[in-house]
Amino acid sequence: MQADQAWDWEPGARTVLEDATACAAPHEWTEEPESSPDGERLAAVANLGDGRFTVCVNAEPWETDFEKAWYLRFSPDGRLSAVTMEDGMWTVSVDGESWEESFDFAWGTTFSADGGVIAACIQSDGRYGMVVDGAPWETLHDNANHFRIAADGAHTAAAVQVKSMGQADIETFQKGIFSVAVDGEPWDATFVNCFDPAIEVKTGRVAATIRRSLYDYSVAVDGKAWEAAYDCAWGPVFHPGNGQVLAPVRKKGLWGMAGDAGFVWNPAFVQCHHPQFSADGATLAAIVATSFGKFTVAVNAAPWSATFPVVTDLRVSPDGKTVAAQASTDNTAFRVLVNGSVWPGVYDMAYGPVICPTTGQVAIRVEKDGKKAFVLDGKAHPATFDRAYDPIFSPDGAKVLLRGISGKAYKRIVAPVSAFTG
Amino acid sequence: MTTTIADRRIEDAGLEAGIARLTPEKIQKTILAVLEGEGGARLKTYVETCVRCGMCAKACHYYMSHKDPSYAPVAKVRQTMWEILKHKGLVSPEFIHQCAQIAYTECNLCRRCMHYCPLGIDTAYIMSFVRRICHKLGVTPQYIQDTAHSHSATMNQMWVKDDEWIDTLKWQEDEARDEMPELRIPLEVEGADFMYSVIAPEPKFRTQLIYQAAFIFNQAGLNWTMPATPGWDNSNMAMFSGDMEIMGRVEMAHFEAAQRLRVKRIVMGECGHAFRAIYDVGNRWLGWGMHPVPVVHSIEFFWDLLNSGKIRMAKKYPGPVTIHDPCNVIRGRGLMDKLREVVHAICDGVVEMTPNREHNYCCCAGGGVINCGPPFKNVRIVGNSVKADQLKATGVKTCIAPCHNCHGGLEDIIHKYGLGIELKFLGDIIYECMEKKGAS
Ligand code: SF4
Ligand code: SF4
Repeated sequence: MQADQAWDWEPGARTVLEDATACAAPHEWTEEPESSPDGERLAAVANLGDGRFTVCVNAEPWETDFEKAWYLRFSPDGRLSAVTMEDGMWTVSVDGESWEESFDFAWGTTFSADGGVIAACIQSDGRYGMVVDGAPWETLHDNANHFRIAADGAHTAAAVQVKSMGQADIETFQKGIFSVAVDGEPWDATFVNCFDPAIEVKTGRVAATIRRSLYDYSVAVDGKAWEAAYDCAWGPVFHPGNGQVLAPVRKKGLWGMAGDAGFVWNPAFVQCHHPQFSADGATLAAIVATSFGKFTVAVNAAPWSATFPVVTDLRVSPDGKTVAAQASTDNTAFRVLVNGSVWPGVYDMAYGPVICPTTGQVAIRVEKDGKKAFVLDGKAHPATFDRAYDPIFSPDGAKVLLRGISGKAYKRIVAPVSAFTG
Repeated sequence: MTTTIADRRIEDAGLEAGIARLTPEKIQKTILAVLEGEGGARLKTYVETCVRCGMCAKACHYYMSHKDPSYAPVAKVRQTMWEILKHKGLVSPEFIHQCAQIAYTECNLCRRCMHYCPLGIDTAYIMSFVRRICHKLGVTPQYIQDTAHSHSATMNQMWVKDDEWIDTLKWQEDEARDEMPELRIPLEVEGADFMYSVIAPEPKFRTQLIYQAAFIFNQAGLNWTMPATPGWDNSNMAMFSGDMEIMGRVEMAHFEAAQRLRVKRIVMGECGHAFRAIYDVGNRWLGWGMHPVPVVHSIEFFWDLLNSGKIRMAKKYPGPVTIHDPCNVIRGRGLMDKLREVVHAICDGVVEMTPNREHNYCCCAGGGVINCGPPFKNVRIVGNSVKADQLKATGVKTCIAPCHNCHGGLEDIIHKYGLGIELKFLGDIIYECMEKKGAS
């Protein structure tokens, strides 16, 4: 989420909405509220009775109501989307305006990084694909999975089934009936499976993990597969500078990182997944297990020394100088890891570290004793909430926007970095 | 009577096509690679320590039903793994067909025999290893292979498409609102206390189970959610076909759904093999020492709800009823006491089967056997007459089995042997007999 200079960055707390469950229209209930990136609006689906739903923004209902409305999501540019149904047909409604075309089903709204492009998954007459800003793919498919939008919003992709198959027809399946569709158009090549497509910004090249047989995993880029075969592979990433494609792969029981010319990280890990590059491509980090049950982060193939039973939510700053993740034991005792060191706090739950692109400082939303709180570089802000949203750094990195609901009140707090003292 | 696996040969499109592609040389190369890469000390120890005492024979329902020594656990190992090792993998395609038939369709991986072996040899582990070899050789029964394909393409067992899953939940929510107007099936709610996950046959054929679960959770006032993405299906037939790579991918999707939703724990429906996949096998293949998110089986979950008073029974289900102990949650997790406490709390007149608890006989559907489909249906029905006798001896008309696979297997023997017993999930009974506040 990119913060905007134009937002209200005046330090202090403000109650935006006295009652987060309020709705000016007569209603039965409101559902889990979502907060706008700038913290100025709180939106919730409201059940109006008689099987009708609408969306309330700061307690004011949209003019339209629907048979169904759900999956309320703010796009990064602050527009509010909902998946809605009317007369049995589904579409996406943005700030109360429904897209003109509707579909037998629509779901999974997703956004480009700046929020300028909104896409969703669709099914029409039993055919599958995506709709981008209201315009569906020209070609739809027997099935589609692993839907993606490029960070710049210029392309969308999915793993698609391009040949039909009879019931329990294992022979046809193993000949390869899957491909990757980019903006609806499938690659010429088919594979036994295609997983986790990644789209390169600007060029629109697409890479995906493939399975050429039940045993032969590799990566294909724009339909052309690497020669090498691996025992298993996770989703690929593009080097943001030179466009090289890398993916975690498994060979003889151990995981490393490979490109089309072979391993770039030796297969030395019991697990390796979720690789991520810094914007300049100089830093490549991934979650790894150095031995069974011992997880950490490896940066440019070098694992940190502290290991934990579970590590998730890897984040890399654009300049690559800050790498953060969270660790846990039995889904509790959450710790925050930054550049190999471990914050002192232990939390009941953590919600994924947020790195300030300007300063490299790390803030995170955590839960302790049933309350949500915010922690920056290991120090807590005094405010606690019953429900909270991710922290957002101001463009200069000097302040953090905290959004949350305490009791009934929805508040936004602009906290200078110095306010984190706990 | 003693038979051999050759006498019992069954045609199956997957097995026939698979062996047609093989030569002894190809077989040996693959087997040696699997043994070298994956056949560790555990396999070696089991093979070397077995004293051929035959104590395991009476443990196995196939042996007990046929009284044919070739069905004894040790005989299954003798006819497969010992031969493979003895010949250093140089065996014929026809032999591989036999291995596959034994490992996939004549062993439920139920682990009962392990309890009877004085040396604690886990025949199920060895049979899983044989399956892994068969998978690597492309010799897998057609129908279980198809479910593994479904897992690979959709991350669920029954080719349920991404939208069909959400649509089913929305439709179940609508239906349940007729009975309880404020009911919700919360989807993608971040920070809920738990994620409820099911197996793919639920949205496909047994939607009433989702309805009932939703009803119970709403009555209990719980903070729960379901994922709207792949990862909702906790079942895993790739684990049983021997495709560990797809098994891992499916488990990854499941745990990542829970982690994305920041739930405290995963509560799963009444299924046994699914529990084994997430609690024991899939998690460890992915490198986690334990599950990354705690997994609670419905038995424990209902036990909690009843004990905390979150749900109350308006009446008890009229007995007599008996309890079937599903292998994967009883021997695999030790839930036999909690299962009994739940059943006693919701039913009158509980009649125990003998033997029971960790010495229960398997339903003969589990371990992927029922998923091998119609060609092998008769094998598992005939191979489980001992269970039919056991059920019959209770004299009850209702059997509670908190596992989907068990329902499949028991239904078939109830029908075949004319037992006239009705099968129930715990959820069926709780839903039917609980106090329903605010319900119309
Ligand atoms: S079915 Fe059960 S008792 Fe029989 S051999 Fe397999 S694991 Fe052992
Ligand atoms: S009981 Fe154990 S030692 Fe005896 S034959 Fe069976 S597996 Fe071998």
